[in-house]
Amino acid sequence: MKDGALVVEAHKIDLVFQTADGPVHALSEIDLEIKKGDFISLIGPSGCGKTTLMRVIADLEKPNGGEIKVNGMTPEEARLQRAYGYVFQAPVLYPWRTVEGNLKLPLEIMGIDKTEQVRRSKEVLEMVDLSGFEKKFPWQLSGGMQQRVSIARALTFYPDLLLMDEPFGALDEIVRDQLNEHFHRLWEQTHKTVVFVTHSIPEAAYLSTKIVVMSPRPGKIIDIIESPLPEKRTLDMRDTQEFLELSQKIRKGLRAGHSYD
Amino acid sequence: MNWIRNSSFVSITTVLAFITVVWYGAAVYLNSDVLIDKYERQNIEWNFSKLVDDSWAMSRPIIPAPHQIVLDMNKSIFGHKVNSKRSLVYHSWVTISSTMVGFAMGGVLGILLAVGIVHVSTLNKSVLPWIIASQTIPILAIAPMIIVVLGAIGVTGLLPKAIISAYLCFFPIAIGMVKGLRSPDPMHLDLMKTYNATQVQAFWKLRWPASTPFLFASFKVSIAISLVGAIVGELPAGARAGLGARLLTGSYYGQTVQIWSALILASIIAGTLVFLMAVLESKVQKRMGAQL
Repeated sequence: MKDGALVVEAHKIDLVFQTADGPVHALSEIDLEIKKGDFISLIGPSGCGKTTLMRVIADLEKPNGGEIKVNGMTPEEARLQRAYGYVFQAPVLYPWRTVEGNLKLPLEIMGIDKTEQVRRSKEVLEMVDLSGFEKKFPWQLSGGMQQRVSIARALTFYPDLLLMDEPFGALDEIVRDQLNEHFHRLWEQTHKTVVFVTHSIPEAAYLSTKIVVMSPRPGKIIDIIESPLPEKRTLDMRDTQEFLELSQKIRKGLRAGHSYD
Repeated sequence: MNWIRNSSFVSITTVLAFITVVWYGAAVYLNSDVLIDKYERQNIEWNFSKLVDDSWAMSRPIIPAPHQIVLDMNKSIFGHKVNSKRSLVYHSWVTISSTMVGFAMGGVLGILLAVGIVHVSTLNKSVLPWIIASQTIPILAIAPMIIVVLGAIGVTGLLPKAIISAYLCFFPIAIGMVKGLRSPDPMHLDLMKTYNATQVQAFWKLRWPASTPFLFASFKVSIAISLVGAIVGELPAGARAGLGARLLTGSYYGQTVQIWSALILASIIAGTLVFLMAVLESKVQKRMGAQL
């Protein structure tokens, strides 16, 4: 697939959850196009459907209406072909497996041979700067390190698309900054297509090529902002005029979609 | 002096000492009526200290003194060849072997039922109430039926007793494993879905390892229950061999000391089995990276 090819095309996606308190309109008329190599952030207040939208892309939820294609297929076909790596809010590591065991998990399921499993887990562990931690169990690592392992796990089977649901949301600001910088470098090297859910404005502004601003009840897209920042970024860049203007634009978008009542 | 506070040996010994003291007192109190009655009928002079001495040395006491039990256990464990019918080792072995076979059968049955219940919603609705109902039948009532029915089709010996053990011990395993196999949280299951894992893969890589703490908790309960099942199964089996048989013959002939020896030995065996299971559990958990 060439750069610029469409990885995700969503057209008028609607999704209503039936809950005990009545129907909840989670997504309404979502139109979104994600190109290969894009780093898309979905940003918005809690309950705006950003996670739900990503779960629709991942085929973990089925929309009630509209059309969506992932790599030109239905999300289910894409999932069955293991088109994406999913990183959850929590590390979701299996506590009874070592770091290496966790990294091998998707490879075991996909039937990749043993020596290749070892080679790949070494490779991805290096990518997240955790070489030497193969034999540790998850509880022996800090929260930030666990989350890095979970990112590495999503990379083991070389998916072109990464879906990340607030992966750094539970971490403190210092660790978060570090991981942002680290993850930006990783993206720069690999140029994977990333869909990234967050509710941090600086995180979205720092990482993304495109920021999708969403608003709740019903969850809809109210603005799509192209980042004017150069591709190569550093944390210091967050003090530049350009960065502040971008942040302001995102904040304005968020405010417009949310009455704070 | 810290080791005294930390040592479970000390606390266990303290409790044991307390029980022993109370027991000796109870032996005097409970046996005194029979003794005093005897003294009066035979015009024997008696005082309190003679009463105490005699109540700890009766051949058929209401309740024997601890040292009588210890002496009887010593005699019946070490005093005979292990393959002799008078040896408690022989009877214990008979009971332990049907306990183990019953536990294995109950374990397999319980796990299979749990796997079925977790994966097939019809089973969840139809089988679970029957499993619960099965445990409301008093085992003492159904055990002779099982022995008689199986005896009629020619199944005798160890197997019927093991089946009674299995009947009792599959239940905690099934219930514990249903809970254990359902214990992975939705994110873990979603992760499996994103890998397009089959149900079988999700079972072996996620549900099964996630359920091990539940499995061992159930095993510890079940193995003790399994022993109870084996003993109960020995009662209607003609009381030929096993700790249950010792209990029954003891009560036929008023041999209370023999009954107590068998009872105490049964509880020592149960305690040992549970302890061994706990050792196995901690070994397995260590291999699974548990934070011990």
